[in-house]
Amino acid sequence: MSTLAATDDHAMRAPSKVVQPAWVRAMHWTNAVAMIMMIMSGWQIYNASPLFGFTFSRSITLGGWLGGALLWHFAAMWLLMLNGLAYLVTGFATGRFRRKLFPITPTGVIADLKAALSFKLAHDDLTTYNYVQKLLYAGIIVVGVVIVLSGLSIWKPVQLQYLTALFGGYDVARYVHFVCMALICLFLVVHIALALLVPKSLRAMIIGR
Amino acid sequence: MAKRKFLIPDVDKRLLIKDAVKVMPDLTRRRFITAGASLGALTLLTGCDVIDSDGAEEVLKKVSKFNDAVQSWMFNPNALAPTFPASAITKPFPFNAYYGLDDAPEIEAKDWKLEVRGLVDNKKSWTLDELYRLPQVNQITRHICVEGWSAIGSWTGTPLRDFLKLIGADTRAKYVWFQCADKDGYNSPLDMASALHPQTQMTFKFGDEILPRAYGFPMKIRVPTKLGFKNPKYVVSMEVTNEYKGGYWEDQGYNSFSGS
Repeated sequence: MSTLAATDDHAMRAPSKVVQPAWVRAMHWTNAVAMIMMIMSGWQIYNASPLFGFTFSRSITLGGWLGGALLWHFAAMWLLMLNGLAYLVTGFATGRFRRKLFPITPTGVIADLKAALSFKLAHDDLTTYNYVQKLLYAGIIVVGVVIVLSGLSIWKPVQLQYLTALFGGYDVARYVHFVCMALICLFLVVHIALALLVPKSLRAMIIGR
Repeated sequence: MAKRKFLIPDVDKRLLIKDAVKVMPDLTRRRFITAGASLGALTLLTGCDVIDSDGAEEVLKKVSKFNDAVQSWMFNPNALAPTFPASAITKPFPFNAYYGLDDAPEIEAKDWKLEVRGLVDNKKSWTLDELYRLPQVNQITRHICVEGWSAIGSWTGTPLRDFLKLIGADTRAKYVWFQCADKDGYNSPLDMASALHPQTQMTFKFGDEILPRAYGFPMKIRVPTKLGFKNPKYVVSMEVTNEYKGGYWEDQGYNSFSGS
């Protein structure tokens, strides 16, 4: 009797599992702020010379005019790049990427995608990502790297001309940069919708558990 | 939001601006914003009142100065802008200014002189004929506008560094400052490292033809390592100086270095 009580007591006092360590939370929200500033100012910059037959409403852009938007974009880029770089280094160094995102198998992705679409995908254990999550999270990291590199090649097509050439030249790099933005926006829609459907995941990203 | 200032007693300056901006036509609004109210008013327009506008403006200006330093550090004086074959030239090469082509300066060649000022040994003014006699080179390079579009042009003229040498310019000075004949007085500073770049050119011809009015007759400064607005047209004077004298767009908030 007494041993059982002791075990229960021990279980009660044991700290609940940390889902998102502090560094992940800090970098996640820093990235969220930087990304929103980059996207909204980027839309205003796009409006100065649209690639397609539409522009973004001024009500959802940042900076007011091209010059203001460029100031925001080239300030927020430091936050985005430095935070992103720190995230990549820490993610690899701590083994978090390897542990949480890999391996990603096609069969696993298909099975989990079917389950997700029929709302049968369980989220009992927030510490383990399903294959759809693994694919999306690994994918968005790659998109994040590409949007920064394409942005650098638009910013410095002479000093970083080899990087610009890698994207197929200045004009193509602009389209790459835009497509990455669109992918991030799509990701955001899914990401936020799912966070609201599974509120404990949002809680974990705020308080850690 | 803490420190609201009142120009007119009991009238909130920000709300006043907000109302005033609403009744302005779009173009006026932009000019208004660029004029000096700048980011303070911008944050109003974007509805981002959560950010203290004065504070945000100061921070953004500081970061832009920091970005000048970063770009100056990144600038490789030996890195050449990519060049293209004649077949790649954009036809027609676009006219671009903050005014229509009809308002572009119409300069009489015989009346025009290039004025030289500042830290130079020989301050004599140059006629167009005298300048045409200097050795010329051609480059086919990409012009990149701050707006994002780009176009490939063929530019013929005298390397600026050769001219600076000829007039005995102090190349340790910080800037070459250009003044132009555009309405409202266009001007722009060019850092000395960029002025001495081998591809920076005093351009007299587009391809083989005398520079047309649309592209800056009689002389433009072609700087393929800079954004388009740092390539002044209709140039009337250059001054070698250590003083940062500002520029038409630079003063309105475009990043001053704006290297590419």
